[in-house]
Amino acid sequence: MKQVVRVAAGQGFWGDDLDAPRRQVEGGPIDYLMLDYLAEVTMSILQKQKERDPSLGYARDFLGAIESILPAIVEKGVKVVANAGGVNPHSCAAAVKALAEKCGAGGKLRIGVVTGDDLLDRLDALIASGHSLANMDTAEPLSTVRDKVLSANAYIGSVPIVEALVKGANVVITGRSTDTALTMAPLRHEFGWGANSWDQLAAGIVAGHIIECGAQCSGGNCLYDWRSIPDLANVGYPLVEARPDGTFVVTKNPHTGGRVSVPTVTEQLVYEMGDPHSYITPDVIADFTTIKLAADGEDRVRVSGIKGRPPTDKLKVSIAYEAGFKAIGTLVYAWPDALEKATLAGKVLRERLDRLGLRFDRVLTEFVGANATHGRLAGDQSNAAEVQLRFGVRGSDRSAVERFTREIAPLVLNGPPSVTGFAGGRPKVEEIVAYWPALIDKSVVKTSVEIVQ
Amino acid sequence: MKVRLVDIAHARSGDKGDTANVGLIALRPQWYELLAQQVTRERVAEHFRGMIEGGVERYELPNLNALNFLLHGALDGGGTLSLKTDAQGKVYSTALLRMTLDVPDAEAKRLGLPAAA
Repeated sequence: MKQVVRVAAGQGFWGDDLDAPRRQVEGGPIDYLMLDYLAEVTMSILQKQKERDPSLGYARDFLGAIESILPAIVEKGVKVVANAGGVNPHSCAAAVKALAEKCGAGGKLRIGVVTGDDLLDRLDALIASGHSLANMDTAEPLSTVRDKVLSANAYIGSVPIVEALVKGANVVITGRSTDTALTMAPLRHEFGWGANSWDQLAAGIVAGHIIECGAQCSGGNCLYDWRSIPDLANVGYPLVEARPDGTFVVTKNPHTGGRVSVPTVTEQLVYEMGDPHSYITPDVIADFTTIKLAADGEDRVRVSGIKGRPPTDKLKVSIAYEAGFKAIGTLVYAWPDALEKATLAGKVLRERLDRLGLRFDRVLTEFVGANATHGRLAGDQSNAAEVQLRFGVRGSDRSAVERFTREIAPLVLNGPPSVTGFAGGRPKVEEIVAYWPALIDKSVVKTSVEIVQ
Repeated sequence: MKVRLVDIAHARSGDKGDTANVGLIALRPQWYELLAQQVTRERVAEHFRGMIEGGVERYELPNLNALNFLLHGALDGGGTLSLKTDAQGKVYSTALLRMTLDVPDAEAKRLGLPAAA
């Protein structure tokens, strides 16, 4: 058994730095590259792409990533674990296979394809058999939006990824796997952690949480001493050096920018945190109040002490549904009295929308540069150099939202003075795809693993 | 003595649905106890009064010298429904750091706290 396994993060979301995967495999020795592509509503975007073309529905950026790291996979034996499969892991695998053949590496890849997370075709049967899939935030049953559902996927854990690795896969493609399982599964596989090795499994989850947002733990978006963080243009993405006992070091490749320190890692640990005693995953519940961090040399943080306990008998389900339309328009007002002018413009606009008889579920006026993000805490902003009026509407009637978008530009000539910043044209009407979190019994979700060569 | 939170702590925030979380981290380990005593759930709820629709929860992480706050109803519906600039609660972190604490002079001196300018 290896005594140290190195798992590197090469992608924190779909749209992250395209060159990061290559930099990770070329910048130093690593055993696994973990690529996380799926945010909460990404599955619905992929579902729409699949409806237009049945061969799509996966994160196509993954192909570019694979092309850039093929030599490392083939020559250095780096293995890749990615949730790039989206709602079509098999097509993703076929595209990777075709790409490898085109690049002369046909036969060098063993692609493990994990499926079983996709519940879309089973929804009606599940509801009929008593699974309400109630919204975890509002407790409403899914039946209230059933006809608007675009995608439904259970978050699956480490077990099928480990199975793919056991079967010799060097590229594992999943659908809606949890972000953290992409890191934990390789460690579980290499170190032979059992299903009841709660502390080690929890440690793998914490390692995953730390690196799943890419550079956000290695100097990116770091408030602590931010001016001193070097060379963000060449920021090093993180990696963990893990040991069989569940301890690990967070670090990054040499000759890269950014920083790995106790403060940078702590900021990432608290990111999107709920109850720190119970970080619930399909495999284990990790207790974040047991994590110990210690500096371990330059750009190295040692993590230890992590405790875990058995998981629940539920899986979280990510459901996306159509939830109406929105549009946001902006105009910029300049000194003097920029905030006062922008405020009047907002009032005028509201009155015009009322007179037109347009009804919305929500209208929001914000003043960027004055108080859009910090509200009244921002204090007196009456002397601001400029203030951006940001006016948003949301509703189920597309035509009302469309009509709103035509009411911004006229304000330039028929509203308050010192106005500019309208060159972008009319606001766009956006279709809203909203997120519906639910729980389902683990027993109804059956994953399977297929090896494509 | 008045002490600004921004001078003694750092923070990161994120979202989960319509709830924003703010992780508040002491800049020095010896300042954590002060945060735990003074930056209470009630104090934070008052700080964000009128800005969030739901309640506030607080969790302690002495192992990280950190407190975690959940601000419910903070994101105008959250995710893609929200019309807010900060739809994902990314900068509630620094909004919390606008808080000012009153610390007895002797304790402030003992802890080496920087005074508010």
